[in-house]
Amino acid sequence: MTQFLDISGLCARIDADGQEKEILRGVDLSIPPGEVHAIMGPNGSGKSTLSYVLAGREDYEVTAGSVTFQGKDLLEMEPEERAAAGLFLAFQSPIELPGVNNANFLRTAVNAVRRARGQEELDAVAFLKTAREAAKALSMAPDMLKRNVNVGFSGGEKKRNEVLQMTLLQPSFAILDETDSGLDVDALRIVAEGVNRLRSPDFSALVITHHQRLLDYLVPDRIHVMAKGRIIHSGGPELAKQIDSEGYTRFLAEAA
Amino acid sequence: MPAVTETREAVEKLGQSSYKWGFETDIDMDLAPKGLNEDTIRLISARKEEPEWLLEWRLAAFSAWQQMEEPKWAKVAYPPIDYQDAHYYAAPRKKPGPKSLEEVDPELLRTYEKLGIPLHEQALLAGVELPEGETARPPVAVDAVFDSVSVVTTFRKTLEEAGVIFCPISEAVKEHPDLVRKYLGTVVPAGDNFYAALNSAVFTDGSFVYVPKGVRCPMELSTYFRINARNTGQFERTLIVVEDGASVSYLEGCTAPMRDENQLHAAVVELVAMEDASIKYSTVQNWYPGDENGRGGIYNFVTKRGACRGARSKISWTQVETGSAITWKYPSCILQGEGSVGEFYSVAVTNNHQQADTGTKMIHIGRNTRSTIIAKTISAGQSDSTYRGLVRVLPKAYGARNFTQCDSLLIGDRCGAHTVPYIENRNMGARIEHEATTSKISEDQLFYCRQRGLSEEDAVGLIVNGFCRDVLKELPMEFAVEAQKLLQISLEGSVG
Repeated sequence: MTQFLDISGLCARIDADGQEKEILRGVDLSIPPGEVHAIMGPNGSGKSTLSYVLAGREDYEVTAGSVTFQGKDLLEMEPEERAAAGLFLAFQSPIELPGVNNANFLRTAVNAVRRARGQEELDAVAFLKTAREAAKALSMAPDMLKRNVNVGFSGGEKKRNEVLQMTLLQPSFAILDETDSGLDVDALRIVAEGVNRLRSPDFSALVITHHQRLLDYLVPDRIHVMAKGRIIHSGGPELAKQIDSEGYTRFLAEAA
Repeated sequence: MPAVTETREAVEKLGQSSYKWGFETDIDMDLAPKGLNEDTIRLISARKEEPEWLLEWRLAAFSAWQQMEEPKWAKVAYPPIDYQDAHYYAAPRKKPGPKSLEEVDPELLRTYEKLGIPLHEQALLAGVELPEGETARPPVAVDAVFDSVSVVTTFRKTLEEAGVIFCPISEAVKEHPDLVRKYLGTVVPAGDNFYAALNSAVFTDGSFVYVPKGVRCPMELSTYFRINARNTGQFERTLIVVEDGASVSYLEGCTAPMRDENQLHAAVVELVAMEDASIKYSTVQNWYPGDENGRGGIYNFVTKRGACRGARSKISWTQVETGSAITWKYPSCILQGEGSVGEFYSVAVTNNHQQADTGTKMIHIGRNTRSTIIAKTISAGQSDSTYRGLVRVLPKAYGARNFTQCDSLLIGDRCGAHTVPYIENRNMGARIEHEATTSKISEDQLFYCRQRGLSEEDAVGLIVNGFCRDVLKELPMEFAVEAQKLLQISLEGSVG
């Protein structure tokens, strides 16, 4: 128990075309404050499902287990309450919102969260100043704030936009679901730096990735291997290199 | 539980408690007896102290109407209307004709105050100290129509100085008979269609606007219609004439009390734009839509048409339709003048059991005429919404161009959206484009917004406003905000 994020025996399933499919089969994971953990694992092991369940997506039914976030029962909270409590999910495939201006969306979100946290809302001028600075730090073109949310964005622009949102929403716990996928090396570095800037004793993150490459820039405190809906192995940052050279076969065999 | 199912259930629970304009004003009324016959028409004409020619015009329309049948082609269903079971004249008992604000029954002023309609010129004039929290809005001249009569028209003096006539049409008949006679019924003839004929026979009031040559109307003009009396129909008639090189922007708004029975509203609006003239006509239609079971609500059967008579004239219709049990309405443009331009921007929202069949007609007669149609339809609950539009290009309309875009957004799985475009082209050189999409608010979009901290209602509001943006940006600035709020309220529970 870390008193920050504690996942215990978490089981969840999804109703896919009338068939109940068990995806999480007893996930145990604790993340202390101020730490960055990574989850690696083969396709279909339940990594993205874990991120959706933590963020509160309603398609998934939690059948057993518990999640405590800063002393509160996370699973009882609505998605927007989780966001206000400090949880942020960077989506693997960010969603397009046609006709919704990006800056307007960001400000609405930031102020909704600030309101819920008892902070003063930002006026348009103050917000734009902050947003422009944050966008610049992520090497984003200035017009991206004026465009519609994720509409017509390239893969890399969408991922940067996720990191921009994360920066502005100031979460205490961020989940990055394959934020590195589809990024070239330069973009990868910029995104990783964006996350690194947030690192502090008050910020934890769970980074879901397939590649060791991201972890070169974003050195995690712990790495967990997930397979078949469970965490089957945990270790230090050196685990990434081992997986990169050997694959998951050994961990899978050990778990079996 | 998926969010959309949840919102749908929320809508069902909600009913119509969200209709905030549903109160009734207790006021002494002068009512015509129920029923529709020549005597009714003579009575209306006498009450309005009308000249003989207008009475004759009304009677001719009535006899045409008696030969006509109610149109049945729209995709709306309702029980037969008993046209004899309504009052055709209802007026607050006061001496007729326009008055200054001081003379208006304070009860009426309170009604408009409750509706948020600015009738006090003072408060709107620049430089006047405003209560804390209120920001200055540019002045808007308002004609307030209560049941069958106009109760007050503001800013008349300022407008008069600019040469603009803005007054109740009943007054225009007396003060400017030549103008009214010259243009009345020239765009929508008395026998045009069933409801237009009915309106021509029994119309009681409405607004008249005349902008002389070369004058840009110095402020927005608007009319607020309020149906208050029970068992009455409202038949207003609006006539706007804009001379060469002149321009005007006009907005109409409308509300009604909540009642169990249906009430008929059959209006006619005629616009005339001469050479280089431009008319921007915006509507925020918020008649009572009925309750969650489809009981009550206004039948909104309206004929609106504009004639671009002069070269390079322009008529632009913008409508935000959220109210009424049934909407039957096709604001149209007759593009006669060479190079004239017609525009139609529409957002139609239906919820619960509302039905809307709305769209436009663009008739290209002159050379190089252009038209743009942007129609956004949002359906929720068990409502049904149809876009029906006609683009007709006549043989001499060389170089005519039309662009049409119809987008439908569905909320829940029990509503319907239909698009019925008619295209009739008789000129090979014309260019006509039609685009249409149908979409639903996806679970992904809702979840994405909620993950960022937005409540479900705010998320749906944001998505819907995004969907309507192309239309909302056409509204005059000060009404755009109002319209956005109205969209949210209309879809509260279902769409934020």
